[in-house]
Amino acid sequence: MSEALLDVKDLRIDIVAGSVAHNAVENVSFTIGRGETFGLVGESGCGKSITALAMIGLLKPPLTISGGSILFKGQDLLGLSAREMRKLRGNRIAMIFQEPMTALNPLSPVGRQIAEMFVLHQGATWHEAEKKAIEALASVQVPAPDQRVKNYPHQMSGGMRQRVMIAIALACDPDLLIADEPTTALDVTVQAEILKLMQELCDARGTAALMISHDLGVIAKMCRRVGVMYAGHMAEERPVADVFRAPAHPYTKGLLDSLPRLGSRGSHGRKRLQEIEGVVPSIADFPAGCRFEPRCGRATGICVKQKPAEVDLGNDGFVRCFHHE
Amino acid sequence: MNDQAEPLLRVEDLSVHFPVQGGVFSRSRRLLRAVNNVSLSLNKGECLSVVGESGCGKSTLALSIVGLQAPTSGSIYFEGKPITGATPPSRIERARMAQIVFQDPYASLNPRQTVFTSLAAPLRLHGIGGSEAEDRVAEIMRLVGLKPDQARRFPHEFSGGQRQRIGIARALVLNPKVVVLDEPVSALDVSIRAQIINLLLELKERLELSYIMISHDLSVVEHMSDRVAVMYFGQIVETGAWDRIFASPTHPYTRRLIGAIPDPFAELSGTSLVDEAIAPPPPAGFDFYPKEFGKHDVYSLPPASQLVAIEDDHRVRLVPAA
Repeated sequence: MSEALLDVKDLRIDIVAGSVAHNAVENVSFTIGRGETFGLVGESGCGKSITALAMIGLLKPPLTISGGSILFKGQDLLGLSAREMRKLRGNRIAMIFQEPMTALNPLSPVGRQIAEMFVLHQGATWHEAEKKAIEALASVQVPAPDQRVKNYPHQMSGGMRQRVMIAIALACDPDLLIADEPTTALDVTVQAEILKLMQELCDARGTAALMISHDLGVIAKMCRRVGVMYAGHMAEERPVADVFRAPAHPYTKGLLDSLPRLGSRGSHGRKRLQEIEGVVPSIADFPAGCRFEPRCGRATGICVKQKPAEVDLGNDGFVRCFHHE
Repeated sequence: MNDQAEPLLRVEDLSVHFPVQGGVFSRSRRLLRAVNNVSLSLNKGECLSVVGESGCGKSTLALSIVGLQAPTSGSIYFEGKPITGATPPSRIERARMAQIVFQDPYASLNPRQTVFTSLAAPLRLHGIGGSEAEDRVAEIMRLVGLKPDQARRFPHEFSGGQRQRIGIARALVLNPKVVVLDEPVSALDVSIRAQIINLLLELKERLELSYIMISHDLSVVEHMSDRVAVMYFGQIVETGAWDRIFASPTHPYTRRLIGAIPDPFAELSGTSLVDEAIAPPPPAGFDFYPKEFGKHDVYSLPPASQLVAIEDDHRVRLVPAA
């Protein structure tokens, strides 16, 4: 891997309310190379979305970054002023959100919302920008783009709106695209179309992507590397194929075993699904040691007392577990 | 399906249409055909899954079965007796026939009532009170894997998975024979889903329940179902035994639906769940209906089409070839 595009080191995010602070994300590190697709997978509340928001400087109090660094092309994003960050956001780093209806402005035609990107970041006039907006809409395969630019978001279907979001995000040819559950609100057949479109566009433009999802299937389809998050910790970070073939962390293994696997009932009959006992701990009472320890079948005394450090697995990956496979 | 005995639940030519106003000042009213001539039957002890995209009418169908949505036409029979039409059974009687488990346990429990109050309310309406009700609530709590004394708590004191257990307890407290499961695990955390899926399958065996499951998650459907019905724009386009549907999906829409699932293991091995290149042709003299997707609207009356058996317990919607 050449010089990393994004290098996140020991990121720590706390929720600070008055004198009380709760830790939400701790010691999260990962790197994304140019043109590479990296996935963050985890359940709701594991900290994957706030990690993504930290990348584009959109964390708002009570959430604060209290440690670590985020290097984007060698520059620490945490040291940038709000003004400098604004120049970067949407231009070099862009983001797609889960629900396109709430992310788009309902009172403005979609063409204008795309054109805005060219005006703000490339100094285009509105007249030029609106022409470019038609091209941008065509590039995300919206039929009749010259008509559709006049549509308001409510006149479009969910899949079309998500295409508009992608057009906005990719308007300025960013180096990094962050996609937070981009297809969760969509039907499976539309999801398949949107994922394919994102993949094609990123490949063609050499855009790196950070995909966030709770769906292991989406991650396997889109990403080369994946970080598995649990309760604010990075459980393991490895090439996708390794994680699915030989999960190292007990949580990852438990998660994969708990999923009904398509086709397995046909070949092996119906087996009882493996359950992961217990529930995800709430942010106010994360265990002091390994955060998966209360639900883990392999936990011993050390897991209660100490936080596991990164263990290098070779082949460019690590796991945080004392008793990993 | 070899015996010709009356199924536990039979839905015949059920349609649910909603009049839709054109605009604020418009007088034109159109009919939205949410469910269009749907027929299906559920045998005792079976799990029948209804799959399809949002807006295909699967939830409306579910609501009609439990009596929360009046059908426009068609009939529903329970153990051979009609429960729609001129002399329907009362809501009280109906409550013991079919119950529903909703998708979102956060939204479907009253936040201001203790779990006991929520679970005892249906019992009270059925004339069961006092210690008898307490015993039944304790029994049902244990059955769904909770402690009886937890019934004194409020819904917000439970996790998502526990809340869905309460949702299941509420549905089962009156001992219904049919339980409609409307997306029972899609609102839950991934690591909790297996617990609820296992619980539902255990309860089905233990209490000899029959399920109608509404879902868009086909891996869960494959795991749980005995039979599957695929809905598209208010109609069933393919139906049959689960292994037929998953092993030889025939209707283009079913194939598209199965092919669209991002399955981690299939992705990595580079295999596809459905090979589009070898799509089976429609039987001689017929065309699939609908042939093209996305060109559909829910307002116009679809042309006459029928579900034709292509093999034992496997039917596909067809129209005569033009």
